[in-house]
Amino acid sequence: MSQLLQLLRRKARISNHELADLLSMTEGEIAEKIRVWESEGTILGYHAVIDPESAGDTSVSAFIEVKVTPERGGGFDRLAMRIARFDQVVSCYLASGGYDLMVVVEGGDLREVARFVSERLSTLEGVLSTATHFRLKTYKENGFLFDHDSATERLAVSP
Amino acid sequence: MDYSAKIARNVASIPRSGIRDFFELVQGREGIISLGVGEPDFVTPWHIREAAIYSLERGQTTYTSNLGLLSLRKAISRYVGEFFEVQYDAPTEVLVTVGVSEAIDLALRALLNPGDEVIFHEPCYVSYSPSIVMAYGSAVSVETSKEDAFSLKPEKLAEAITPRSRVLMLNFPTNPTGACATLEDLQGIADLAIKHDLIVLTDEIYSELRYDGEKHVSIASLPGMKERTILLHGFSKAFAMTGFRLGYACAPQPIIEAMMKIHQYSMLCAPIMSQNAALEALENGAPAVAKMRESYHQRRDFLVKRLNEMGLSCHTPGGAFYVFPDIRGTGLSSKEFAMRLLEAEGVAAVPGSAFGASGEGFLRCCYATGIDDLRVAMDKMERFLGTI
Repeated sequence: MSQLLQLLRRKARISNHELADLLSMTEGEIAEKIRVWESEGTILGYHAVIDPESAGDTSVSAFIEVKVTPERGGGFDRLAMRIARFDQVVSCYLASGGYDLMVVVEGGDLREVARFVSERLSTLEGVLSTATHFRLKTYKENGFLFDHDSATERLAVSP
Repeated sequence: MDYSAKIARNVASIPRSGIRDFFELVQGREGIISLGVGEPDFVTPWHIREAAIYSLERGQTTYTSNLGLLSLRKAISRYVGEFFEVQYDAPTEVLVTVGVSEAIDLALRALLNPGDEVIFHEPCYVSYSPSIVMAYGSAVSVETSKEDAFSLKPEKLAEAITPRSRVLMLNFPTNPTGACATLEDLQGIADLAIKHDLIVLTDEIYSELRYDGEKHVSIASLPGMKERTILLHGFSKAFAMTGFRLGYACAPQPIIEAMMKIHQYSMLCAPIMSQNAALEALENGAPAVAKMRESYHQRRDFLVKRLNEMGLSCHTPGGAFYVFPDIRGTGLSSKEFAMRLLEAEGVAAVPGSAFGASGEGFLRCCYATGIDDLRVAMDKMERFLGTI
């Protein structure tokens, strides 16, 4: 992956000015590269990684293992995309192992998620079974540790 | 009591470190942006910290062989063989030390008789001259210049060699200048060392931090040099392990044996937790090193560009994580410049004079600091320049 994409992945809010400094490019060149990536879908979007506890967010999320019947011709793709399009689905992956799809679902409360699974997800044609695991606590998300008090202090001047 | 009469003369003769003076000024001040550090801004990669924790969990809290864990020495021998292209016998030619600093002390004490001359290039790391003095040697500095990008030129070295010269100390890439020696210069230096039968003590602690795709070459790898070279290296810089205090010396067996004699009675052995962490670093640390190097590279380019733009000319250092801008145009001494910059803008950088007389007129700026802070520091420095 290009250095520019790596930097953006780590810190999407980094300014073009700063990127230009880091990569010895002009701000114009940076802006153009980003524009092309955005337009061709290499960069799909940007989001903040938020600690829900600090933010007072009481919504719940669950990881759902879904077994499905692959279709002739399309494999898992059509059904996976059908699932992924629901607003409640935050992430959806095809996985190897004991199940086929790993679906991450978010809802306002436990019941909302449960209702989505029982009424929408498991009733889809081709879905064979689901197993729902509610998230209890987050330790790390998208590369960021949920750890507010581990800072190290360097001496201000050292040889 | 008159303590001055109680302190050994050669210790009393060592002046206070310029870095320490400056550190005391900076200490306790709030909101300082520091370009004055001499260590990575990365925390040790987790897999290395985890290996240290695991070794504690397994109850590995004992002494090790005086030379260090054999498994670590084997890993060092393999790593040095690949990276520096010099082969050392793990059981007899490798000594694990408490940082390169200890290894320098051991080597000098093992080699010098009182009054023997040790040549080193300046500006240089703050410990070289005091370590020579503490080993009862005579410190002979060779000044390097901005025009030579602070590399040691063989012609200049030749002028410093006398019949009493015993040891030549080298440090490429250099702290504080980031200087690297060209292969041609290194060969010229090696020729002189052979001609005058010098032992070369080469501190290559920054060797993984070379930029622009340049490959580090150790003088130990040049023909005829292994037998007269003590290669010093460690984990502090490339692996961001300063606090682990772990380094090593590779040298012919009789020299390692002599160094070990001192090490066994003073230090006994390096801490086993650090040794276990170092083993993990050598075996699996390469990707983390590459990532950190890339990040330093980006910041080096930024700092060199900004400093040159604001009229503080500096060469592009080939290694380490320091730039060494020329501040002579301001008419201030490097100490005045650093003090006033600190007073006026709260930016700390170390006066070049702390690294020897030939560092006067320069400033050591470390770029192992976040890019945001680097930019603010550069903006402040530029504003400060406008006021003098």
